[in-house]
Amino acid sequence: MDRRMHPDPRPLVLSLIGITKRFGPLTANDHIDLDVRAGEIVALLGENGAGKTTLMSILFGHYVADEGTVHIADADGELAPLPGGSAEAALAAGIGMVHQHFALAENLTGFENIVLGTRPLWSFGLGGREARAKIERLIAESGLAVDLDVKVARLSVGEQQRVEILKALYRDVRVLILDEPTAVLTPQEADGLFATVRKLSAKGLAVIFISHKLHEVLALCERVVVLRGGAKVADRPTAGGDRAMLAELMVGRAIPTRERPPSMPGAPVLSLTGISVGKPGERDRLEDADLEVRAGEIVGIAGVSGNGQGALAALVAGLAAPRAGQLHICGHPAVAADPRARLAADVGRIPEDRHRDGTIGALSVAENYVLETIGESENQSFGFIRRADIRARAVEAIRAYDVRCPGPGAAIRALSGGNMQKVVLARVLEREPKLVLAHQPTRGLDIGATTDVHRRLIAARGRGAAVLLISEDLDELFALSDRIAVVHAGHLSPAMDAENLDVKTVGLMMAGHSAGEAA
Amino acid sequence: MIRFVPRERTPVWLTVAVSIGSGLAALVLTAIPLALTGAPVFTAFVLMAQGAAGDGFALAETLTRATPLIFTGLAAAVAFRAKLWNIGAEGQLYAGALATVALGAGLIEAPPYVLVPLVLIGAAAAGAALLLVPVLFKTRFGADEVVVTLLMNFIVLLFVQMMLEGPMKDEMALGWPQSAPVLDEATLPKLVTGLRLHWGLVLAVVAAVLLHVFISRTVWGFRIRAVGENARAARYAGLPVGKAMALVGVLSGGLAGLAGASEVAGLKGYLTADLSPGFGYAGIVVATLANLSPLGVIPAAIFVAGVFVGADSMSRAIGVSNYLADLVVAFALLSVLVGGLLTRFRIVFVRREPA
Repeated sequence: MDRRMHPDPRPLVLSLIGITKRFGPLTANDHIDLDVRAGEIVALLGENGAGKTTLMSILFGHYVADEGTVHIADADGELAPLPGGSAEAALAAGIGMVHQHFALAENLTGFENIVLGTRPLWSFGLGGREARAKIERLIAESGLAVDLDVKVARLSVGEQQRVEILKALYRDVRVLILDEPTAVLTPQEADGLFATVRKLSAKGLAVIFISHKLHEVLALCERVVVLRGGAKVADRPTAGGDRAMLAELMVGRAIPTRERPPSMPGAPVLSLTGISVGKPGERDRLEDADLEVRAGEIVGIAGVSGNGQGALAALVAGLAAPRAGQLHICGHPAVAADPRARLAADVGRIPEDRHRDGTIGALSVAENYVLETIGESENQSFGFIRRADIRARAVEAIRAYDVRCPGPGAAIRALSGGNMQKVVLARVLEREPKLVLAHQPTRGLDIGATTDVHRRLIAARGRGAAVLLISEDLDELFALSDRIAVVHAGHLSPAMDAENLDVKTVGLMMAGHSAGEAA
Repeated sequence: MIRFVPRERTPVWLTVAVSIGSGLAALVLTAIPLALTGAPVFTAFVLMAQGAAGDGFALAETLTRATPLIFTGLAAAVAFRAKLWNIGAEGQLYAGALATVALGAGLIEAPPYVLVPLVLIGAAAAGAALLLVPVLFKTRFGADEVVVTLLMNFIVLLFVQMMLEGPMKDEMALGWPQSAPVLDEATLPKLVTGLRLHWGLVLAVVAAVLLHVFISRTVWGFRIRAVGENARAARYAGLPVGKAMALVGVLSGGLAGLAGASEVAGLKGYLTADLSPGFGYAGIVVATLANLSPLGVIPAAIFVAGVFVGADSMSRAIGVSNYLADLVVAFALLSVLVGGLLTRFRIVFVRREPA
């Protein structure tokens, strides 16, 4: 509306009109209009399942819209309809996308990755000098510094992302879509990315920024488009907006602020002394780590993915044995890599990847609910499964944890991520474990499910459980943790009081600065 | 445009309908090459049906042929459920057969109620032991069980041939490479006098029912299913993955070994190196047709046996090659695999609007 009252002088580069996409009974996109102008940074905000991915897939030619049209400016700036269902047409029209999961060939260099696919098959070489000159010009203009001659596998995640963006720029994109680009970055790296995006937009590039991190949207974007349940519910300038308002638009109701009573830590439940896990050459390892998690507190582990969190989680979950050092759970030494021993020691474990480690897709909700306890007398007698009892308790858990599913007999893979995670939570927390390992417990969940997970973890803390929270989401860590430790390149910092800690310090430590330098 | 939408659950009637539909589709598909050769399609199928189940004798013959297929089908079904790709049922069958004659052809003298169970247990143990080797190689060293079990088939068959030419050769058999006959006390009695049908069929059906109960109702069956569907998550949840795999090896190898015992002690009476015309491999087909369901193995085995018995009889009557049976079974397998799509997905036809 604003736009029409104060006409924007910048030319339209992209115009989606009435895009509708249905999957059976589900309307993933419901008459969505979206205009993007040259040089504009537009945020596309929405929960999981709000229709962001579907909309971008239509734009990118992976899906064909049931209704509606996509118009994109041609070389002369005239809007022309984009044929649906063709990724080639989208690429040729100047639409570029950097996906959350990079599409890079790891055994090729950055240069090769950027040029790959732009040369006809029958031409010799990769167009060496010209191509390099162009890429170097792009680097100079955008500030996307990266060593072009190193294999991508050896680049850091942030550098890989820069290669991805350069790849798009090299193809002369006019609309750049960034899908959750900061998920893998430290706050400082994210700031660097934002500076680059601002530079590029100043040169006329239109950017669509997909995110669910509200502060980033407010910091970077001039306009925000909010999708909810497949429909566009807001399209407004970010100026004058705040996080609470955006969250409400996104979820459609007010988000309750979390109640977090002060912590009253008790005796140590988990203690690591001089622990080393993982092979010395691996990136995801721990070296000489000390950590203590006491009853009734939540200790958060911050860090960029792959810096040792995986090794820590594997150690606590009972999947990896320490190379050196002492691990004590409730004062008892725990050495062997044995998930059963952890269960016996009252450790509840929420794995990072619920599809891969947390659930067995083909089994039912009820069977997944008793996965860890099937051998116990409440679930079996004389080796036979007590099906009626399990079913009754699963029904009870489904109610208590508000799992939306057709019933206890439904295959768990039919459930949404949030509901699947609720089943995992029910399994882990019903036993009232003394120690809870929560590894990325809200990854990929929408705000509603995330709030629910947070509430459960705080409740576990409230009844005296020690909670080890490993997360890449700093908002989550600061919202839940009593103390926070940072892991970088296998080194775990001492846990610091979250009260006296700010995001900037943690961010610098995530990038490898010591606590003293960071403060 | 056709779109596949995953089903949340598959109704039972659909599974059954797809199985029957697949069988019919296989016959229709077989009719095409049959018609191309100029053979009378309808007559050929009628003769096949008559040959397979036209009278009591034909039906008994089909059920006799189905007996080892039920055992090997169960062996494949339980292994494949756990994603243990046992291609070695043929070798395990021969190991069971070898154990049967080793124990039942005069080594031990005992009344039938002792000797028959002893022979069956010995045969199952031989098959199980044979499969445990590749299972341990898999769990300990990560060796690929497809290669190991497949190659072991040839080793076992050559070993059997060696034994039949050497230490186990029956001196009374006029120089034929065959073992001494099993004692009467070790023989599985005939079900009906005058027919070849024997108690092995009853054992096979009981085994299928027991396996069904075991897989679906017991804790270890649960663990096997969990390990088969997602070994990583099973390990994370603290399930004994290695033990479950070993148990699957024992069950699968044991069932294949019983196929050998049933053929020797129920049907042939002695061991020759051509005891099995590929029952071990056909068991994989049977298990796939049955969608790896132990109870489904029974009709699937009878279907496959019926096709082979019927085709033999048809080929004798009108001279169409009995390779037709392989064709029917192959088409049935393909139809079932395609039919599996229908049970897992809902197929939606979408009109593609003009671009």
